[in-house]
Amino acid sequence: MSTPAGSGSVPAARARRPGAPAPAAAVQREPIDPAQVLSRVGAPSDGAVLLFLGTVRDHADGRPVGGMRYETYEAMAAEVLDEIVREAAERLGTPRVAVVHRVGELGIGDVSVAIAVSSPHRESAYAASRHVIEEIKSRLPVWKHEHFVGGGARWVEGRPLDPRSGSEAESAPGGAGGR
Amino acid sequence: MQVRTLFFAAYRDAVGTTALQVDLPEGATVGDLVSGLRARGAPFDRLPELPAVAVNRTLVRGDAALSNGDEIAFLPPVAGG
Repeated sequence: MSTPAGSGSVPAARARRPGAPAPAAAVQREPIDPAQVLSRVGAPSDGAVLLFLGTVRDHADGRPVGGMRYETYEAMAAEVLDEIVREAAERLGTPRVAVVHRVGELGIGDVSVAIAVSSPHRESAYAASRHVIEEIKSRLPVWKHEHFVGGGARWVEGRPLDPRSGSEAESAPGGAGGR
Repeated sequence: MQVRTLFFAAYRDAVGTTALQVDLPEGATVGDLVSGLRARGAPFDRLPELPAVAVNRTLVRGDAALSNGDEIAFLPPVAGG
């Protein structure tokens, strides 16, 4: 295997018809343009627009960090991210949610994730933005390899995935539902 | 039947490969696959006894039955964001 499984850049919703709006969720290798993510939300009825950026920190546990490599299971991540956005839209009172997660080699300060939300009032915008980042951290198949300044690297400790969490849980006992 | 297994991040580092075709008896479950791999010894015995596993991109439990051609991903604890 010369290429790691799941590499490359694929929009989250590959089945979309041509001419349909750009996907509201994507995993990509290219740098994130926050203004572009922000441009996917907003409506005349909205009084609140929120942009969250996750960036690469220069330290971990008191040690200086020089950079981070993000890996993903691309095909699954695209589906999970799409699902997270749909859930946020359904449960939190605004359909205007856009999220882009970056993978590959990132430097200090680089944007790893951008979440844009707009809604009539701030409460639902904050709730939806918070929901999306928390779900990303607990469900998205992404892993971080942290490189320390002066040498050494490690996989950042993550959260175990649980088949009972997420929207698949009720509909797919034993996993047969996803085929 | 034959299934395709994928290993990511720390699990890929542990077993030293990104993908592996595995032959299994009909009716085998995810748990059978995991214990069969671990029984091969090093490096596959470095996989946990109960790793998170996705079949065709959906998380499943260990008792999930497998089918010919399934894509089975071994997923370490995640750290997105």
